[in-house]
Amino acid sequence: MIPTSYYIILSIILFILGIIAFFVKKDLITQFMSVEIMLNAANLALIAFSKASSSLDGQIIVFFIITVAAAEAAVGLAIILLVYRQKKTIKTEDIQLMKG
Amino acid sequence: MTEIFWLIPFIPAVSTFILAVFGRKLSKQWVSIQACLAVFASFVIALVSFFGIQGASAEHTLVKSLFGWIESGSFKVDFALQFDPLTAIMCLVVTGVGFFIHVYSIGYMAKDPGYKRFFTYLNLFMFAMLILVMGANLVVMFVGWEGVGLCSYLLIGFWFDKPSAARAGKKAFIVNRIGDAGFLLGIMFILINIGSTSFTAINEAVHGGEVTVGLATLIGILLFVGAVGKSAQIPLYIWLPDAMEGPTPVSALIHAATMVTAGVYMVARMNVLYALSPTATDIIALVGALTAIFAATMALTQNDIKRVLAYSTISQLGYMFIACGVGAYSAGIFHLFTHAFFKGLLFLAAGSVMHAMSGELNMQKMGGLKKYLPRTYPTFLIGAIAISGIPFLSGFFSKDAILTSAFASGKYFIWALGICGAILTAFYMFRLVFLTFHGQERIEPEAKKHLHESPPSMTIPLMILAFFSIVAGWVGLPVVFGKNLDKFGQFLEPVIHQSHEAHLSLGTEWALIFISIVVAFAGIIIAAIFYLKKTEIPHNLVKRFPFIYKLLYNKYYVDEFYNATIVNPMVKGSEFVYKHFDLGIIDAAVDSTGNITNFFGKMLSYLQTGIIKDYALIFLLGATILIGFLLF
Repeated sequence: MIPTSYYIILSIILFILGIIAFFVKKDLITQFMSVEIMLNAANLALIAFSKASSSLDGQIIVFFIITVAAAEAAVGLAIILLVYRQKKTIKTEDIQLMKG
Repeated sequence: MTEIFWLIPFIPAVSTFILAVFGRKLSKQWVSIQACLAVFASFVIALVSFFGIQGASAEHTLVKSLFGWIESGSFKVDFALQFDPLTAIMCLVVTGVGFFIHVYSIGYMAKDPGYKRFFTYLNLFMFAMLILVMGANLVVMFVGWEGVGLCSYLLIGFWFDKPSAARAGKKAFIVNRIGDAGFLLGIMFILINIGSTSFTAINEAVHGGEVTVGLATLIGILLFVGAVGKSAQIPLYIWLPDAMEGPTPVSALIHAATMVTAGVYMVARMNVLYALSPTATDIIALVGALTAIFAATMALTQNDIKRVLAYSTISQLGYMFIACGVGAYSAGIFHLFTHAFFKGLLFLAAGSVMHAMSGELNMQKMGGLKKYLPRTYPTFLIGAIAISGIPFLSGFFSKDAILTSAFASGKYFIWALGICGAILTAFYMFRLVFLTFHGQERIEPEAKKHLHESPPSMTIPLMILAFFSIVAGWVGLPVVFGKNLDKFGQFLEPVIHQSHEAHLSLGTEWALIFISIVVAFAGIIIAAIFYLKKTEIPHNLVKRFPFIYKLLYNKYYVDEFYNATIVNPMVKGSEFVYKHFDLGIIDAAVDSTGNITNFFGKMLSYLQTGIIKDYALIFLLGATILIGFLLF
């Protein structure tokens, strides 16, 4: 039996890696992937806690999150594709539409 | 049948509505027929109601409350109309003379592009004027009062593409506002102190002794300020001569026969209140007498036919106020009644002359028109004789009634001014007649080619009005012709209580009548000598007294005086306020509010870098701080 803390530590590591990747990488697709990693780190923590508290609620929520994440990924990728068609780039520094 | 009297003002109102909304689609014939018939229908109802209130029922006033209009606490105003002898006479004058002027307008305005607009305004005027004379309380009366002011403005400025007409319209409107301010204040004082503005309530309050003399004086003077504005008395008469820029039927209807007499009507309507205050009536008599003579002198030198008639109207209104001021209200209303006929006639005849002369108004460019205008000339002459006060025509009886009452009241100064005014009246009217219709022809050749008599739609109303100018006075014969012949005064008795009927001996009455007649003939004979026999006399007089001539010709420089003392300082002051207060303070405050908001917005917008990582970093920091707070 692996203790719950291991899962949590793995989840924290994944999350921090996601944050670092988001800030280090320059193109939208990689940043998008790092966001997905952070999301799944959170999923992992949810499952671990669910297991530890022997309740199924957390696991059910995770199923929903995964489903929604799939849809969100589709939308996100479509947006990135359109941004590329418009701007011919997916570097975030080059896309500053919201600059005040 | 008398119960339907409240329909009188609403027939022209409905007609106005139809003309205003569907006027474009209606044919010209339809418009003329509808407009005239609407007024005629009102006239018929007025006539029926007039006979309905004869005799027994004359004692109590017919009041019809249409709906509760204003209700706020103890302050209640009903939209109520009333019909009593005074209203009956006013209604008959307004609708009767109004009808003939409508008919006349068909011919006069035939070629005008604004034909339908003209009749819309005329009908609207009839509605407002009838509301004015039929209102059962001061507030409803005020609605009509303002309504006729509006129509006057619209009709003076009827040819609004002519700058002088537009300016004259504005002048009339603004000068009237000054008077209306006084009128409104008077109404408010009545409301505060009596609690109701209905005429019956006011009369009851006065009879019940609830009104002190001081209050009556205050209210009386304030209401009279309104009358001064509307009825063109000193010092607010200046708008009326300029109002002649409007079409001639308008001058006849609004600025001679009906609207300008509203002030006299109002004072007569409030006679019970005025009876309390000798101060107020003294002021009225004095203002009336001064106006009567002042305006008459100004009429002496004018060359514009309509302007002479305008000054004459002001002068005659002065006579009506003399009557009100000496307590002879029924004589004032009587003069109003006869004046409506002969002055309406004179204006319409002047319009006919204008029509014949292709719009020429300067009588120095006329002369000898007698033979070209075989129908206009005699009618104009009848009007002139009537206004001059030659016996047995209407003007003689009414003017004589006024002067006799003035003499009887003991105000000899007022009477003397009135007599001087009478000689001037006869003189300037016959100067007008002789210069226009007699003597040498001074017609411009261009105008002479088109010289023609007016169409029957214009000359027939002239003849009918001429007929009434002769006979209208016969309803109010003076005592010297026998007792109880003053049917007019007797009919008005329920409204106008002739409390201090001063009695003169028959001999004095005859003497006064004799003086009036002598004075009238003297004026005519002097005019005949000046303008027919020895035409060099006026020129010599001008050379002898250039100062007086210039003073009169320029109307005592009153307009210039007002411009210099009131209008220009107001304009300059307004400009100053505009430049320094409006632009400098209000505009600056509004602009700087916008600018400050803009500035902060700009500063804040620097936070929006547009770089995703910056947002993410701030988000991360925020989340960290939040978690830190939650954990520790």
